[in-house]
Amino acid sequence: MNVLFFILRKEFRQIFRDRIILAMMTFVPIVQLIILPFAADFEVKNINVAYLDHDHSSYSNELINKIGSSGYFSLVGYPLSYHDGLQLIETGDADLVLEIPSGFERNLVRHGHQKVNIVVDAINGTKSSLGGSYLKSVLADFNSRLDIMIKSPNDAISLPAKRIEISSVNWFNPRAEYKYYMVPAILVLLLTLIGGFMTALNIVREKEVGTIEQINVTPIKKWQFILGKLIPFWIVGMIVFTLGLTVMYVVYGIFPAGSIPTLYLFAGVYLVALLGFGLLISTFSDSQLQAMFVAFFFIMIFILMSGFFTSIDSMPGWAKQISLLTPVTHFIHVVRLIVLKGSSLGHVYMELFYLILFAIVLNSLAIWNYRKTS
Amino acid sequence: MSDVQVNSLTKTFEKGSIQAVNDVSFSVEKGELFGLIGPDGAGKTTLFRMLTTLLLPDSGSATVNGMDIVKDYREIRRRVGYMPGKFSLYQDLTIEENLHFFATVFNTTIEENYNLIKDIYVQIEPFKKRRAGKLSGGMKQKLALCCALIHKPTVLFLDEPTTGVDVVSRKEFWDMLKSLKQQGITILVSTPYMDEANLCDRIALIQNGEIMSINTPENIVKSFPNTLYAAKAKNIYLLLKRLEADEEVESCYAFGEYLHFTVKTDGNENDLLNAIAERHPLDELELKKIKPTIEDAFIRLMHENTIKVTADGE
Repeated sequence: MNVLFFILRKEFRQIFRDRIILAMMTFVPIVQLIILPFAADFEVKNINVAYLDHDHSSYSNELINKIGSSGYFSLVGYPLSYHDGLQLIETGDADLVLEIPSGFERNLVRHGHQKVNIVVDAINGTKSSLGGSYLKSVLADFNSRLDIMIKSPNDAISLPAKRIEISSVNWFNPRAEYKYYMVPAILVLLLTLIGGFMTALNIVREKEVGTIEQINVTPIKKWQFILGKLIPFWIVGMIVFTLGLTVMYVVYGIFPAGSIPTLYLFAGVYLVALLGFGLLISTFSDSQLQAMFVAFFFIMIFILMSGFFTSIDSMPGWAKQISLLTPVTHFIHVVRLIVLKGSSLGHVYMELFYLILFAIVLNSLAIWNYRKTS
Repeated sequence: MSDVQVNSLTKTFEKGSIQAVNDVSFSVEKGELFGLIGPDGAGKTTLFRMLTTLLLPDSGSATVNGMDIVKDYREIRRRVGYMPGKFSLYQDLTIEENLHFFATVFNTTIEENYNLIKDIYVQIEPFKKRRAGKLSGGMKQKLALCCALIHKPTVLFLDEPTTGVDVVSRKEFWDMLKSLKQQGITILVSTPYMDEANLCDRIALIQNGEIMSINTPENIVKSFPNTLYAAKAKNIYLLLKRLEADEEVESCYAFGEYLHFTVKTDGNENDLLNAIAERHPLDELELKKIKPTIEDAFIRLMHENTIKVTADGE
């Protein structure tokens, strides 16, 4: 045990001596938490729309005003032909073109229905699908009010058409703000980077510089060496996590709705799993460059598949399976549940079980491979 | 009893295609300063890594302090000191911290064995707050030696300790080894420098993973079978070509500013040199008889080995 203490003291000395690493450990959480939620915002505003109005009636004017007043669209022009409208999309000036055919008002009043044409630039997938659906909902709203505008002939009493009105409430994130969704996930990203990269690089550095040779001819046992590497980064990870929670509260006013000890319990187990992952990579690599690339490859996949940006539910079945096989997915899920929904341990114990499983499997693999290679 | 006993140790790399150490056997007595002399890639480091339990041999066995390098590796690690050829201490820790760390992992303190490292440590002590990465080559060597000695090892393995170190530091280093030897520590040192061979008690000449000869430096020089001559001319390359083509000359190779050569039939020295001078009347020709050095012995053994290998191959 004494030896472990001396190893730990040496590791901490080295960590605190490396100014860049130290600066990164404090700045990365703050900067990421401050910049990313604003930049990685999926809310689409300022959709550029062009109107191709062949009707020039009061109805078509009404529709155009309605779209303009919704706040999501900005007008970029009134092209005179379909061809001109398409050109606006081709040059990238317009995201959407709404074509209102001639006879729009007449057909609506006489026949009660009329088609309009929406042309969407689908290069930016999110913007096009959201822009298109925003426009459709504005049209639907316009639709529902049409009969009010049409005067009933001969003062006949008409019953309002029956319809279902939908009013929705957003639970756990009342204003459906994107940052509430992103900020907890970024906390996870931080722990992932520290756990996955730092350990792998640190151990491989000992190999690269050759210090591991000198260590191997001492009575230091393998488990002491490994624990000596894992414990400092576990502690560093927990400090960064705390720093992240503080930034989350100070900058965004998000305070975990669930219990903080539960959150820390999950973070602790998750870090053990990720440290095992870093250790595993270090057993495969001989240089820091190799370790960096291998870790980057996996962490990239972990993050993109984890539901960090996109919903796992909308992935195809096979992708969902892969997603469930990464520890990041489970931890992001849990952090969002605890921070936003206030879930207690009783609700998410299965996720804890999964994370413990990951921790055991990854660490066992790493130690097994470490034994084999040396 | 001998402190290090090596029996037919063999190690191959790349699935047997590279023969790093081939059937090597030798023994080192307690308190002996034993040198492994050989060029780069001769297998010196591999041999050391096996003896310090960092590598497992393919076959053969060895004992250090009477303990098996495979079975008793834990105990060996407690007792030996190893200084790798490449500086392998923590560059971001200071001299003091490095030394302290290695003392503590061996469950000892700097004070306890200070007398052992004192002579060396006082030279670097003024810089003890400096990071190891910022030290000069010679100081790094001294620190590495201190760290390898801090737990009072019984056997010290030094892998090319003087490679890349200036002449003065090299001399100092060898003086330190001598004083350590007097304290009863068995020292195995490898070096590619032939001039350092004379400073060892006994040396093993190693080439291509095989030991060619083990003896005291004097005996190795004495065992040189022929008379050795040195030659020099204004156009030394032409002289080399001509001597190589000469029927009478057995072997000829460049050695510093001279050419060294031996002849097939030794006779009267003056007649022989006169005959050669007559056959090769070059500008500023200079011929003389010289005493062979370890390097001459090494080159000779190396040639014999290659001839043997080609003969085996046929």
